[in-house]
Amino acid sequence: MSTASTVSATPPAAPPRAQASVELRGVSRWYGNVVAVNDVTMTLNAGVTGLLGPNGAGKTTLLHMMAGFLAPSRGEVLVGDAPAWRNPSVYRHLGLVSEREAVHSFLTGWEFVLASAKLHRLPQPEAAARRAIGLVEMADAQHRRIATYSKGMRQRTRVAAALVHDPQVLLLDEPFNGMDPRQRLHMMDLLHVMGAAGRTILFSSHILEEVEQVSGTVQVIVAGRLAASGDYRHIRRLMTGRPHVFTVSSSDDRALAVALMGQPSVTGVELDGGGLTVRAGDYGAFTRALPMIVRRSGIRLHRLLPADESLESVFSYLVES
Amino acid sequence: MINITVARITIRGLFGRRRFLLLLPLPVLLIGLALLADGFGARPADWANPVLVGLGFGAVLPVIALIVGTGVLGSEIDDGTLVHVLAKPLPRRDIILTKLAVAVVVTAVTVGVPMFVAGLVAGSARLGAGLAAGCAVGAFAYSALFLALSLVTRRPVLVGLLYVLIWEGLLGNLLGGTRILAIQQYASAVAARVGDTDLLIGRVSVPVSVTMAVLFTVGGTLLAIDRLRSFTVAGETS
Repeated sequence: MSTASTVSATPPAAPPRAQASVELRGVSRWYGNVVAVNDVTMTLNAGVTGLLGPNGAGKTTLLHMMAGFLAPSRGEVLVGDAPAWRNPSVYRHLGLVSEREAVHSFLTGWEFVLASAKLHRLPQPEAAARRAIGLVEMADAQHRRIATYSKGMRQRTRVAAALVHDPQVLLLDEPFNGMDPRQRLHMMDLLHVMGAAGRTILFSSHILEEVEQVSGTVQVIVAGRLAASGDYRHIRRLMTGRPHVFTVSSSDDRALAVALMGQPSVTGVELDGGGLTVRAGDYGAFTRALPMIVRRSGIRLHRLLPADESLESVFSYLVES
Repeated sequence: MINITVARITIRGLFGRRRFLLLLPLPVLLIGLALLADGFGARPADWANPVLVGLGFGAVLPVIALIVGTGVLGSEIDDGTLVHVLAKPLPRRDIILTKLAVAVVVTAVTVGVPMFVAGLVAGSARLGAGLAAGCAVGAFAYSALFLALSLVTRRPVLVGLLYVLIWEGLLGNLLGGTRILAIQQYASAVAARVGDTDLLIGRVSVPVSVTMAVLFTVGGTLLAIDRLRSFTVAGETS
């Protein structure tokens, strides 16, 4: 069973509708004293957009506001040209795959997707359900109860239910969680095809690689603020251009520090009690040079740790730049 | 107004959960006690009021209405499956009216049938019909109340239980004034009138009971519809 051919053989067939599908104008959301989303303005157009940010940055809050499940404390959230809050008619054009893995587990996959089609009052609910289940490749297991599904299968079933009415806008909160690599590739393919067909797809992720594989456009959100927005290649350059910090300990830290300072890829070395803190401007050159220095000088390396590889530091660098 | 798909999912959810088994013992107990009292030759005048009003309207009806009324909506809110229903272009009014209809029918049948049987044992089919009518009135008012509670508080079962036990059970018996806000009093008043019997002692007049039951039903339903329109999914920060 080839994944790519299944997807491209049945592209969503609805005519492209109006552009500017989702618009946020000065949107903030706070809970008591905690600001979850801070003055975000963005426009999402046709194609796939990645909403990237560390955990707790406000991605889910933002998605919930776009999906009409949370009132903005300030500002406007428009889907099509209508406000999302207290307006169920937006769901005619909007599909949501929330992060929480909640499904009516007593139903079979088929019943669940068919129920979605009927709740949308589609003219041919069976045909729509079959198409959606085919898109996520769940036809084989569709007559089993959802309670028996793996996490990835549930996720795909939820995506099928969100796609059943072929929405113009599809919002997905961490859609690749719990999927194995093959399912992940297939889902990325599916999003691509839908985006190319003129749908507006927004998916959130805290994993940069996921985002860069699926989407050309990225919205980076850090601590509730929109930190960067636009083409991922640009953002990627910002990320790779930043200095990398390593902590190193060796049999002779001082001698190693001297040797390291001779390297063009190293921009700074600090000697402290526990070892060395090394700042490298070029990640690749530094990690290639270090083993050679060590071998040449006969120093024994005990430990090499990237100090700031956590996403939070990557993101905070973005905020500063 | 009533959405068949929502109704079907609601019913399957209600009977698919183990909690529903809780509904069985109380009606069985009700019929059992009636048969037992009758079998021992006690006069209906002695046991009808404690069993039918005290147990039936005082405990079985509110507890079952609570389990069902919170089960049709509250449990879907708890486990998050309600979002799938809400993310559809359905009028919120239709969702609430459907849930209310399911809750009323299930409650009225689950309590009304054993009460009818107990009424037969105690006296006549007329008495049984009166008790069933009382159950139907109570089912409407309680279901609307518990449906609204499911959307107003995160602990609808607890708040509902407090209402039934403290307000209706304790205060309703100690202070006469609180009875006018006790749904079980409306149910017994209607049952006494329809059943045309003096075995049941109604403490609130029938017109007041009917008016208040309608107020509870309509008020609870309207409140639930409005709260559902503003249904909020808790985010990662909250």
